[in-house]
Amino acid sequence: MRLRYLTLIAVAFFSAFPLYYSVVVASRHNSALAQVPPPLIPGGNFFANVSRVFDTVPFGLALVNSLIVAGSISIAVMFFSTLAGFAFAKLAFRGRNIMLVITVATMMVPAQLGIIPLYMLMVKLEWTGTNYALIVPALVNAFGVFFMTQYLSRALPTELLEAGRVDGCSTWGLFWHVVLPAARPAAAVLGMLTFMSAWNDYFWPLVVLTPDNPTVQVALSTLASGYVNDYVLGLAGTAIGTLPLVAVFALFGKHIIGGIMQGAVKG
Amino acid sequence: MSTLPLAITRRRRRSVRHTLDLRVSPYAYVAPFFLLFCAFGLFPLVYTAWVSLHEWTLLSETQEFVGLGNYSTLLADAYFWNATFNTLSIGVLSTVPQLALAIWLAHLLNRRLRFQTLFRVSLLLPNVTSVVAVVVIFSQLFGRDFGMINWILSWFGVGNIDWAAGTATSHIALSVMIMWRWTGYNALIFLAAMQAVPRELYEAATLDGASNFKQLRSITIPMIRPTIVFVVIVSTIGAMQIIAEPMLFGQSSGGGGGIATGGPDRQFQTLALFVYEQGFANSTFDFGYASAASWLMFLAVVFVAGINFLITRRVKGGLV
Repeated sequence: MRLRYLTLIAVAFFSAFPLYYSVVVASRHNSALAQVPPPLIPGGNFFANVSRVFDTVPFGLALVNSLIVAGSISIAVMFFSTLAGFAFAKLAFRGRNIMLVITVATMMVPAQLGIIPLYMLMVKLEWTGTNYALIVPALVNAFGVFFMTQYLSRALPTELLEAGRVDGCSTWGLFWHVVLPAARPAAAVLGMLTFMSAWNDYFWPLVVLTPDNPTVQVALSTLASGYVNDYVLGLAGTAIGTLPLVAVFALFGKHIIGGIMQGAVKG
Repeated sequence: MSTLPLAITRRRRRSVRHTLDLRVSPYAYVAPFFLLFCAFGLFPLVYTAWVSLHEWTLLSETQEFVGLGNYSTLLADAYFWNATFNTLSIGVLSTVPQLALAIWLAHLLNRRLRFQTLFRVSLLLPNVTSVVAVVVIFSQLFGRDFGMINWILSWFGVGNIDWAAGTATSHIALSVMIMWRWTGYNALIFLAAMQAVPRELYEAATLDGASNFKQLRSITIPMIRPTIVFVVIVSTIGAMQIIAEPMLFGQSSGGGGGIATGGPDRQFQTLALFVYEQGFANSTFDFGYASAASWLMFLAVVFVAGINFLITRRVKGGLV
């Protein structure tokens, strides 16, 4: 019994410590890196280091880009997933089951393998170096559709939709007036999950963007590169790129975890 | 007189529109997903196969059909086999302990517990942290001269390890990063499955005097086997595609050799990183060669995932 708590406390400590330690280093002078033993409490240099970050890479632009990209992706994913989830959960149409199976199966397709033609496609569309290349392919995804289908088939009473029909609502009217309000709790969780993964995405932005117009993660990787080789700078950037998300997670983590567990069980 | 037919046509028109609405709108609602998937998911994947049969670079205007030429070059390429070995090594080192740990943690969390939410949130915290942040932070912790991990090891008389320099050490370091980020996430998925296991089974087992570990082995694991299969497959597919970690580790550990080689001696270059090197980091932008490597990688993913599927399904009860 006591051992169980001790283990879980130790695990919680190991989960949080690297993040804490990155803030410790980010708030100190470069000289602190050569200290033995390493410093364990934050110093007073955090804001000076952060302003150096903004001098070294276009971090302000990166923050704006990441906000635009992650924000528009989450709104689109919430909308389109609810729309498709409504159709799969509550509307009768030919081929519904097989289409749902295909949707789930696409989650298993390793998208990374198609990265070269995808890049060539972006070159053709002249979207390389722009946020379109990040936003358009991510407007909706299988996980979102599946997640909303699961939620709506359970949480949305069919009687409510029938009542709407009797009142003369079109399908679109039902979606707008009945489904969207009912979907709000799950859509919010989906939106947060999507925002986090879009904010944290690294590989595709690295391929398709240029260093002078980066997202936060691409800017961070520039900071951490061997050419700069300045751990304090890299960690100060990491802290400002990561802490907002950690703060959101600390506030809404309970709901996000509920969403992950719910979306995963029946996968 | 004239109003009556008009009303009828209007009603008829409305009912046609109504039928159309019922029949067609569901397809319109699921269409965005399928259209986007075809354009940006399926098409690139299939087109990769076509590109792989050509001598195809970003710089040249024409593409020459070379058949399976890229593949035979690839199979004779020592760097390709090195990357394959590294991928499997890092994959096994990070996935096997991770899943065992995740099951055990889920088991610990699957009881009446105070601070339940706090523990769950702390478990998932690493997963909210971006790959870039994880590697930047751990590169510092794994630093040779002043890294915290070497400092702690020095208490036990272990000398300063240059983690990024060796094959085994760099694989361990990368596996630790991957484990740190994903163990909690998988634990939560196992926990979700465990909560669906009927409580009575445990009560009966406790009455029979079965130990905690025995209950995990004989009740929990068999009951959640579908979830275990699912997690193993997803983790395998993920592990076969590891790229950001070695790329950034090579970059921030400052070992030289460029960001795509996975260390100066390619000691931690994975398959996905090899594809990136050929396609984007090489001065020739050799898309044909990189696409061929992508397809072999895809076959490897399917093969390894298939084997794991068979193994996990076969194993009965005694997974631990």
